[in-house]
Amino acid sequence: MRRVRAEILNARRLGAFQSITLVAPEIAERARPGQFVSVAVPDDRRFILRRHFSIHQASRRGGWAGTLEFVFDPHGPGTDWLAEAKAHQFLDVIGPLGKAFAYPRGPSNCLLVSEGHGASSIFFLAQELRARGKRVDMVLGASGESHVFKPIEAKRLSQTIVIVTADGSMGERGSVMDVVPRAAQTAGTEVIYAAGPRRMLRTVAEFCIDQRIPAQVAVEEEMACGTGLCFTCVVPVIRKDGSGYDNLRACTEGPVFNPARVFWDRWMSEETRPVPTPPEGFSPVVSSWPA
Amino acid sequence: MAGVKQTLSVDLAGIRLASPVVAASGCAGTGRELAGLTDLRRLGGLVTRSLTFEPSRGWPGPRVAETASGIVTGVGLQNPGVRAFVAEDLPRLARAGIPVMASVGGGSLQGYIRAASILRGEPGIVGLEVYLSGADEENRGLPFYSRIDRMAEVVGAVSRLSTVPVFAKLPALLPDLVPAARGCIRAGAHGLTLIDSVPGMAVDVRRLRPRLGAIIGGLSGPAIRPIALAAVFRVAQDLPQVPVMGVGGIATAEDAVEFLLAGAWAVQVGTALIVNPSAPTEIAQGIAGYLKAKGLASPGDLRERMRLTGEQPARGTSAS
Repeated sequence: MRRVRAEILNARRLGAFQSITLVAPEIAERARPGQFVSVAVPDDRRFILRRHFSIHQASRRGGWAGTLEFVFDPHGPGTDWLAEAKAHQFLDVIGPLGKAFAYPRGPSNCLLVSEGHGASSIFFLAQELRARGKRVDMVLGASGESHVFKPIEAKRLSQTIVIVTADGSMGERGSVMDVVPRAAQTAGTEVIYAAGPRRMLRTVAEFCIDQRIPAQVAVEEEMACGTGLCFTCVVPVIRKDGSGYDNLRACTEGPVFNPARVFWDRWMSEETRPVPTPPEGFSPVVSSWPA
Repeated sequence: MAGVKQTLSVDLAGIRLASPVVAASGCAGTGRELAGLTDLRRLGGLVTRSLTFEPSRGWPGPRVAETASGIVTGVGLQNPGVRAFVAEDLPRLARAGIPVMASVGGGSLQGYIRAASILRGEPGIVGLEVYLSGADEENRGLPFYSRIDRMAEVVGAVSRLSTVPVFAKLPALLPDLVPAARGCIRAGAHGLTLIDSVPGMAVDVRRLRPRLGAIIGGLSGPAIRPIALAAVFRVAQDLPQVPVMGVGGIATAEDAVEFLLAGAWAVQVGTALIVNPSAPTEIAQGIAGYLKAKGLASPGDLRERMRLTGEQPARGTSAS
């Protein structure tokens, strides 16, 4: 991982998303699909935390050698300023960060499933898998047409593609999981990769576990430092020996996890639980205040 | 003033640090993460995340909410336990050549004693910091800092066990901050760390939910700097002989100098470190530049340099 002052080569709109391409050879050379970069916000901002973006493209050779691209929601919290960034401005960038997707060893048929912005890391993965002679099929989900991520490029990268939108404005109407079983069967899928929101990842994980399909999922956790310092972006992961679980950092031990080991019930409960459950089995050493 | 031999080193109750800028507890990871991003040897020192006797998984997420000029975090002292720290993280930190202060946490007096016993005599640890914001199982789950006698009991027990200087970390918003500081020193602490994060909360109005799994967490970052500064000043005025490490929202050299002028002997950098991994180095360089410009020899020379004009408020009261 390196920290660089990187020049913006290109900033452009991509449907509902915004894309930024940086000149950052130190990072691009090392970048692998699933990894992310951390971008500092300008000084004197109301928001102070760095923003974290999965790497959409990294070019090691050719005319664009040494560049990397990331894509984000311009309306996300604290990213409005970045949406206004122009070519030739400089950004303080740390990367590549996190654990990358692993590639299957033998010849394999890979189904890449994503929803919304999650697709950004999947395209990089598709390229790398194809370069290794793997078959790539895709399921691309989104809320509506403008959030379908680069559909033409997706068709170019994959053998078959199913697009599914919640409002039916593009492709089929429904959710990603409505089409994954069929897509997997058609493509003779042997490995599944998924990136997107927690709820979608869980449904994909359940399918993979049920069908005994090896899978890897990339989570989209809010991160504070991105480098493993602060322990705020944790995901509960069951230990290999099954003796309980550990809260692992999405930025350091992730963002790519084996979905068979994610403690989904515990993790999902964070989205619904009305009052916090103290960490089980341990003394309640927590920040608190006088009643 | 040419000819003044300048140093950045400070002496905190016998802990000699090459720089007055220390990484604050919970913001420097395990010592592995920062290695590629900054020269760790240029840190004055590093306070570990708070270590409990038993490992702790901490709070469920979400654990961070960004608010105006700060962050509210509720991590819940996730740590591998003090024995695992000594076996795994400490040797790495020691090899990196950073003075390590271990932060000690617990849910009971016994918890503190057991954790401090494991750390006792460990080479590579130059000092202890006692975390007092945790829930006290023996006092209806209230924080240790809610009673001065209880704080003194814990700090005293850790100090008696320790072979290195002990710093008590106090929150700012105590009605009796100065008596609490005195209580900790009387109990055996060699110095104080001021302040801990300020209790804070954020609510997701769209989903009608608290933004933190812990509901209430600790606010840190530039938003709390004036609160921290006032706390350091009040205590330093009352206890000028006691080494104080100032912490709370320090992000630049100027912020750090404010604390040194207000009476801090050293400063800790936390939230700024997670935003800018080289913040401590930059701050140390900036302090050196400031000292040079003022013709001063060391950070300690800034204490008592602040001109206090006009009438001073009575001790222990807040002047509003």
